Amino acid sequence: MNMIVCCKQVIDPEAPPASFRVDAGANKVLPPQGVPPVISPFDEQAVEAALRIKDAQGGTITALTMGNNLLRDVVKKPLSMGADELVLLEDAAFEDGDGWSNAYALAEAIKKIGEYDIIFCGRQAADWDSGQVGSGIAEILGLPSVTLAKKVDVADGKAKVERVIPDGYEVVEVSLPALITVSNELGEARYPTIKGIMAAKRKEPTVWKPADIGVDASNIGANGRRAKLVKLFQPVKEGHCEIIEGDSPEEAAVGLAMKLREVKVF
Amino acid sequence: MSDNKGVMIVGEVVEGKLSPIAAELLGCGRKLADDLGQELSAVIIGSGVSGLAEQAISQGADKVYVVDDALLKDYQTDSYLSVMDKVVKEAMPQIVLMGQTSMGRDLAPRLAFRLETSAALDCIALEIDPDSKRLLQTKPVYGGNAQAIYSSDIDPQIATVRPKVMSPLAPDSAKKGEVITIDAGLDASAIRTSVLETVLEEVVGIKLEDAPVVVSGGRGMGGPEGFEQLAELAKMLKGAVGCTRPVCDSGWMPDTQQVGLTGKIVTPDFYIAVALSGSSQHMAGCSSSKTIVAINKDPEANIFKEAQYGVVGDWKKVIPAFTEKVKELLG
Repeated sequence: MNMIVCCKQVIDPEAPPASFRVDAGANKVLPPQGVPPVISPFDEQAVEAALRIKDAQGGTITALTMGNNLLRDVVKKPLSMGADELVLLEDAAFEDGDGWSNAYALAEAIKKIGEYDIIFCGRQAADWDSGQVGSGIAEILGLPSVTLAKKVDVADGKAKVERVIPDGYEVVEVSLPALITVSNELGEARYPTIKGIMAAKRKEPTVWKPADIGVDASNIGANGRRAKLVKLFQPVKEGHCEIIEGDSPEEAAVGLAMKLREVKVF
Repeated sequence: MSDNKGVMIVGEVVEGKLSPIAAELLGCGRKLADDLGQELSAVIIGSGVSGLAEQAISQGADKVYVVDDALLKDYQTDSYLSVMDKVVKEAMPQIVLMGQTSMGRDLAPRLAFRLETSAALDCIALEIDPDSKRLLQTKPVYGGNAQAIYSSDIDPQIATVRPKVMSPLAPDSAKKGEVITIDAGLDASAIRTSVLETVLEEVVGIKLEDAPVVVSGGRGMGGPEGFEQLAELAKMLKGAVGCTRPVCDSGWMPDTQQVGLTGKIVTPDFYIAVALSGSSQHMAGCSSSKTIVAINKDPEANIFKEAQYGVVGDWKKVIPAFTEKVKELLG
């Protein structure tokens, strides 16, 4: 079983909301001071989905990350979790893409990687929340896709995917090769082991430039965008919370109930 | 820019009925179509769905495309994609809208790639730029920490719309419209997925997304036990219990009760946020609640920036006293 997992390096979504800043002039988010980037959590869970299959029946996992000035300690995390290979698409030309140009470059890299049975992606990246790259790669490569997986089992050239729906899940069977996007219901991604971290340190990633995957710089990153970002802004919060005080938490609780009754909230 | 004209919405069918998001899309689509001076169409896809066309017309559509085929009974990416590709190429709309539902978030991006255009998912505002006449698509990004407005010069512009954000129109049964039947033209062998079974979690009491009152707990609840107390309060207020994503990740509550960006979007009259910090990812699922009340021991927690009323204190002390007083006041 050959598996490829697309992993994006993003600003840590767990960084405190107060540290979040937008450069309105440049329509960009400023990286928070002192908070290192991470692999987008849904992508880590996509790695986890692949590792569970590898644990059960063997196989190889190639992590694929695109960006520029990628931090090796960050992008090697899938290796330290148990992935076998790491391919980086690293160049300034890959930056600031949209769903379209990102999926295009990743799909071309996947063609170059060659053999695969399953391509995994996170359901959406924790930065732009666009939720399109997985489906886009599948469309470009002509593959069937199943989105929002919480469990993936493989047997007889097919994958059985539990796909999250609002009140439960549906079990979808898909022929392989296929693209599967993973949702958080899959469960937490494993922590790297010390052995895994040591192995990842020694492993040199394969680095490809646009020419290596045969793409023209005009079709990737910011140049290849189809969606124009007109404006990026932080919504203004009104923020006038009436704090109900009391000599004890119990007394404050009683005061809260009385206040809410008075203003007819219940 | 092309000759494409008109606004098209995809009217999702759930259990043989047009889903509430269809009416919301028709309401929103009507306004956009009127602003452009163009017509609004609806696409209804499924098996045994032709009877729903009149309803879509009464809710705002000028034209309804019906694609009725036994192979379309369940949503499948391959079959619905093939149908939408065909309908869009025939109708040539300028704008295509879907709900941000399990179907829409799967279908919209794939359709955009097939049509070589772009899509914006989970939009919370849509408007026509008065100068360029292009659709401006506003959506939360960075887990709700920021919002982005997207546009595109390529037709059709595709967007999915977050449920419960747009208002439906009052149905007008006198409204006339045209119904056009389109043959699905599907080849069963080209559908590469099949739904083997659907497993629904049993919901005890009122459904989260329908509840007028939601009591949600976060990581600060410390374990599954506290949720029984929240359930007691919720029951008293005829509401439902929700939670944040870490609570589901820890297995304290079923995934179906998650409120937030990747869970349910709720818009109750009364949202009680207990021992949760109010991350932007969580608030994405509840910020449209009419009244938000926060109970948290950390006075600096972000939830106090979102709530109208709050108590700073340990939930273990606040909730029992609050529940008792609510019970007394409800008499």
